Amino acid sequence: MRQSIFLQFFQNDKGGKVFLAVLLALIVVIPTFNLLVPADSAFHVSTYTVTLLGKYLCYAMLAIALDLVWGYCGILSLGHGAFFALGGYAMGMYLMRQIGDRGVYGNPNLPDFMVFLNWQELPWFWYGFDMFWFAMLMVILVPGILAFVFGWLAFRSRVTGVYLSIMTQALTFALMLAFFRNEMGFGGNNGLTDFKDILGFDLQSDTTRSALFIVTAAFVMLAYIVGRYVVTSKLGRVVVAVRDAEDRARFIGYKVESFKLWVFVLSAVLAGIAGALFVPQVGIINPGEFSPLNSIELVVWVAVGGRATLYGAAMGAVLVNYAKTYFTAALPEIWLFALGGLFIVVTIFLPKGLVGLWNQLRKSKTKAEP
Amino acid sequence: MLMCMPLWSVAQTEATDAVEQTAGTTSSLSEALSGLTSRSFKEKESAIEKLAVIDDPAVLPILKVMLDGKLHYVKETGEVVFVEKTEEGYEITHAETGEVIGTVSKSKLKKIIVNNKLRRQLRGEIAQLSIRNPDADIRMAAVQEIVKNIDEQSVAILEKLVAREKDSDILELANVGLALWYVQSEDKVTRLAAINTMADSLMPSVKASLENILETDSDLEVKAATRRALGKIEEKIKYYAFLENLIFGLSLGSILLLIAIGLSITFGVMGVINMAHGELMMLGAYTTFVVQQMMPNYINTSIFVAIPLAFLVAGFVGILIERFVIRFLYGRALETLLATFGISLILQQLVRSIFGPTNQAVETPSFMSGSLEINSIFAITYNRLYIFIFAMLVFAILLLILKKTRLGLQVRAVAQNRAMAKAMGVRSEWVDALTFGLGSGIAGVAGVALSQLTNVGPNLGQAYIIDSFMVVVFGGVGNLWGTVVGGLSLGVLNKFLEPWSGAVMAKILVLVLIILFIQKRPRGLFPQKGRAAEN
Repeated sequence: MRQSIFLQFFQNDKGGKVFLAVLLALIVVIPTFNLLVPADSAFHVSTYTVTLLGKYLCYAMLAIALDLVWGYCGILSLGHGAFFALGGYAMGMYLMRQIGDRGVYGNPNLPDFMVFLNWQELPWFWYGFDMFWFAMLMVILVPGILAFVFGWLAFRSRVTGVYLSIMTQALTFALMLAFFRNEMGFGGNNGLTDFKDILGFDLQSDTTRSALFIVTAAFVMLAYIVGRYVVTSKLGRVVVAVRDAEDRARFIGYKVESFKLWVFVLSAVLAGIAGALFVPQVGIINPGEFSPLNSIELVVWVAVGGRATLYGAAMGAVLVNYAKTYFTAALPEIWLFALGGLFIVVTIFLPKGLVGLWNQLRKSKTKAEP
Repeated sequence: MLMCMPLWSVAQTEATDAVEQTAGTTSSLSEALSGLTSRSFKEKESAIEKLAVIDDPAVLPILKVMLDGKLHYVKETGEVVFVEKTEEGYEITHAETGEVIGTVSKSKLKKIIVNNKLRRQLRGEIAQLSIRNPDADIRMAAVQEIVKNIDEQSVAILEKLVAREKDSDILELANVGLALWYVQSEDKVTRLAAINTMADSLMPSVKASLENILETDSDLEVKAATRRALGKIEEKIKYYAFLENLIFGLSLGSILLLIAIGLSITFGVMGVINMAHGELMMLGAYTTFVVQQMMPNYINTSIFVAIPLAFLVAGFVGILIERFVIRFLYGRALETLLATFGISLILQQLVRSIFGPTNQAVETPSFMSGSLEINSIFAITYNRLYIFIFAMLVFAILLLILKKTRLGLQVRAVAQNRAMAKAMGVRSEWVDALTFGLGSGIAGVAGVALSQLTNVGPNLGQAYIIDSFMVVVFGGVGNLWGTVVGGLSLGVLNKFLEPWSGAVMAKILVLVLIILFIQKRPRGLFPQKGRAAEN
């Protein structure tokens, strides 16, 4: 019975099957080649590469989250980076508390930047972050609640389209300005960094890095399955109907706001988890993550990969970020030209992204053959 | 020839008279100056006294240099000279005539030494001389200097001034200065009169002095008067603080208006989201920079060249963007947003590759620097004033174009109903390109204004793009008046929040308020009505 449901929503999802298979393979292959193959072997995967891949996978998960709202619900959020960063900050706060008295100032209770600012005691919103379960709860709750409040206000008063996009952009911009302030108690400009360990495991060790990679890949799979489940369910169908003709869906009798809100909150929570996975691997979280530029870049990942496919979005995220890593190191002058060009080319010539291009090519091939 | 004779002779006598007169003053001037070279301070004192009564423009600079302790005389000749250190040695200038004598070594010179007593005397004489100056600005500056540090000597000077001064501003300041002195008098009536005079002044020293009196004076009546005066002053300060917030807010608002108004056209009239709007402003700012580089000796005129040029450059780039990108994306607002964002990245990198990543220095024209001082606690800088006027001008011109020209009519027709406008023979594609060009050109013009306010660098546009979107959304899309009201009110709101919450927090609060406001009125302050409002 259980398997039949599973089969059902994978029935017409060849790309998804490939995507999950690739992830599964990565989970097995990458840590093996990192930990078990000796460092001088040609097959050895360096820890740097493992971390880099882990970072890409976090972006992939974020892209899946955005694709849920943009591809399926038609809400172009230009502020999804905010949810990602909030999840990251929640994780960062836990890691900060784990440092304990190993900081530069050796204060067992206060993180270094608070000692530096001459703060006497921990602000109330830092309470509880020394416990892992509490921090993880916050990773889910903080982005979720923010998305709920923002979405509830916006969808109820029917703020749509471009207006909504600009409002989400304003949201992340306001958060960025706020987190830049030292008085906020989140480390200001420098953010949170110098993490030592997570759940007692040293963050610098190869084993922890590989474990984080495995966890991240597993979460991307989970995000994909959840997303896929949602969009193939009845709710998903309604959501697509809302995207294509909001007024008609409303006239038929669906409470459009509730459907939108549901998807928006789910997407924000997924983005928050992606952020929480991102921070221990990268080792820093700062207000720059809130910058509107990041959120817009995220949109282009999804557009490049292909909207409303979920796996396409994830693929786009990995591809664009790989290109970014390559270009910013090899040809830094070219990168912004390339990214800018990508925005234009994709929107004008590839409205369905690379996945759409692939399908088109295959279709014309099968047409040509007989 | 005969006719000319008497005339010539008259001219000649006049000339001789003039020569005699100058000779007379010069002789006494040099006489007094030679007194300065004496070793005895007594003789110097009397020499200064003699100098002070001589009516010669050379006296004041001599006294000033002497007060600074930099007046010298040549040991051999006893000539009093000004000294300037150059690379070859010490260049000396004759103090009386201003003739350059030559360059000498330091050993040939002797400094005229002053002590504290002489300094006091010099200060008094300088003040008196400046106060007699026919130029009102110099008199004003002198009185300001005196009032800063009032003592018995300066009271005498001020009283002489009050007796003959005609300029009401100087008179008022002098009276306040006197009151600052008389308020310390033993006589109660004098004190009360002084306090009443002081109540009209906004000078910080007056307020401090009144506060001091309130604490130290024992007389109840005086205390009551002081309290009244302080109340009056504080009320005025509050009023001016309010006025200052309002004017700074309007100034900020006019900048917001300038950066948003071009967007209001492309976003509002055409329904196109132009994320490259900020970069078009950046192009305008860089145009200003390039124009200044090309005419470095005419900074004042360059700005008038830069404004139309920036309009053309940004407008041209705008038309290119419309023809090659946006044209393919009409009706897909969200896609336009992404494509124009891509353009903005390319423009940024283009400018960075050409001009380098650092900020460029754009000079401010001389007529825009300085400030308009209303009173001692309230001043408006000229650049803010001019930018406000400029913003209003741009708005007025734009309004005229849209309401009174053929292009404007066609733009409005296309915005309201594209199909119908086409059916009536409007070339809608051509109108689209020109509208986008117009909006972009205005962004360029805004960039010229911004180049006077902030750093001109590749990131200039990014810093303003969100602000400009907020203004358009807040004011109501497709409504130029909405943009004006939105821009100005957001500016004022920001400035009134600032003293209470700090600059960054004020900005955050404004953003949050707009987000909440949009929930209440999803179409902004002045929503479009009728058929144009559909979709």
